Amino acid sequence: MDDKVVVDRLDELGQAILRALPGAVTGYTVAVGELTVTAKASEIVAVTTRLRDDPEFAFVGFVDVTAVDWPQRAKRFDVVYHLLSPTRNWRVRIKTETDETTPVPSIISVFPGADWFEREAFDLYGVVFEGHPDLRRILTDYGFEGHPLRKDFPLTGFLEVRWDDEQKRVVYEKVQLGQEFRNFDFLSPWEGTDYVLPGDEKAK
Amino acid sequence: MAETSVRSFTINFGPQHPSAHGVLRLLLDLDGEVVERADAHVGLLHRGTEKLIEYKTYMQAIPYFDRLDYSSPMSQEHVFCMAIEKLLGLEVPRRGQLLRVLFLELTRIKNHILNITTGALDIGALTPPLWGFEFREQIMGFYERASGARMHANYFRPGGVHQDVPQKLLDDIEAFCDPCLDMIADLDALLTENRIFKQRMVDIGIMTLDECWGWGYSGPLVRAAGGAWDLRRAQPYECYDEMEFDIPVGKHGDCYDRYLVRMEEMRQSIRIMRQCLAKLKQPDGQGPVLAEDNKITPPRRGEMKRSMESLIHHFKLYTEGFHVPAGEVYAAAETPKGELGVYLVSDGTNKPYKCKIRATGFAHLSSIDHISKGHMLADMTAIIGSLDLVFGEVDR
Repeated sequence: MDDKVVVDRLDELGQAILRALPGAVTGYTVAVGELTVTAKASEIVAVTTRLRDDPEFAFVGFVDVTAVDWPQRAKRFDVVYHLLSPTRNWRVRIKTETDETTPVPSIISVFPGADWFEREAFDLYGVVFEGHPDLRRILTDYGFEGHPLRKDFPLTGFLEVRWDDEQKRVVYEKVQLGQEFRNFDFLSPWEGTDYVLPGDEKAK
Repeated sequence: MAETSVRSFTINFGPQHPSAHGVLRLLLDLDGEVVERADAHVGLLHRGTEKLIEYKTYMQAIPYFDRLDYSSPMSQEHVFCMAIEKLLGLEVPRRGQLLRVLFLELTRIKNHILNITTGALDIGALTPPLWGFEFREQIMGFYERASGARMHANYFRPGGVHQDVPQKLLDDIEAFCDPCLDMIADLDALLTENRIFKQRMVDIGIMTLDECWGWGYSGPLVRAAGGAWDLRRAQPYECYDEMEFDIPVGKHGDCYDRYLVRMEEMRQSIRIMRQCLAKLKQPDGQGPVLAEDNKITPPRRGEMKRSMESLIHHFKLYTEGFHVPAGEVYAAAETPKGELGVYLVSDGTNKPYKCKIRATGFAHLSSIDHISKGHMLADMTAIIGSLDLVFGEVDR
């Protein structure tokens, strides 16, 4: 397929969605051959219902719900929905914003498949979904604390488990690293580091 | 004696149950032998793949994908490579595409042999795994000869595949096609009209097409429910648009139709492989297998010995890695289990900012309560088998 044709088709779709849901949908972009629609978090149920039921869009296929963490923003989470229309053969990505405390309405009533995906986003990011009947953790351990995919959660975690031969049970302990976790900064290898290396003071 | 009130009781199915296909823990509320509610506890194999990927360069992240769905490793790598290529705007050379398709279809056969035969084992048929696994073993042999590893291949790279294969391997794959079809015919003879097999599979775990879409189903499960939907045809990638193959479609959406769809898919895979092998012999099927942009793909070993620039490229690519332009992309491909998606967010550095793996089995398993309600306890194994779950992928 011609790229121009794809972009035009998605552009038209984006405008149609914008027209169909004034107020709820705030804008759209077409990039890398994909359509992204931004919507108000509070209106997500109305948006997904319309996209599913309107034969012009026919997004009956549920694909994915996830979140992206941008800790420097006031509303730190993007909640991202992916839908598929098998009859019209197109996809859409819906993005909304929220923070740690503001709940996003659950879309289980629209797509039952969203159940576990919302649980996962809650488990790994701490995004709260309002109206979800069973918002438990799903992937992490029983009794786990914290939300591991947040950017401020360390890669190594906080607790480690081992079998204690004396107590004859599994015990949880604080993570102890044999060596410091090494994270190299590759961003500007030619401009040098922004911290002072030993011996730098002699150069001045 | 006074009538005692009948109460439902709860049992644990797994995580060590052999037909839970890994580490699925199901809490089943039973009324006698009838399942009233199924609560699946997953995450026992959660390794934090998505978190780890955020701390690795793009090339270092590829092997994690082999370890997701370990029964179809190359298809997983492929989706991640597709996502990177989409962001970079990188073209895969023709021979690279043909090799990719060839190995993707081998992977499909490998996956379906595992699913069908162990699914049959779960409901009492011992022979299919014994006959089928011989061919799985051969496919893993082909994996090893192409990539050096039997399972975790790490063969697909952004821009193509890691290295070309020798002609002898292609000849051997060609010689593998006919015996493999014979094996599929044997499985067919063992299972398809088998009375016990049909008693256990027909009308079990029915999902209508509408339900399938709403629950996020994809792949053979959607096709078994009558949806002629295959990403290889609908949103073609690589060189699938020039391949001739049929998409098998079921009618009832039950376990038996899913089995039939998978059987036919294996035959179609052989058909695609044969076309690939023929095209690989033609003059336009020769040439590089990896894009020749050395800012992204590493130079060949021989060049490194002669060219300073190649040496620098090699050093930079294997320490810093390549930078991917900022943006977000959702890449999906028709893996043997269904649609596997990778939602990749890049911030322009050498590491993914976020990499969400939209696992096929996760969506399928999430419907377990819906699909198993009202079935007998013994049907659970048939249903779990037909959903084609691998917990490396579900738990990530």
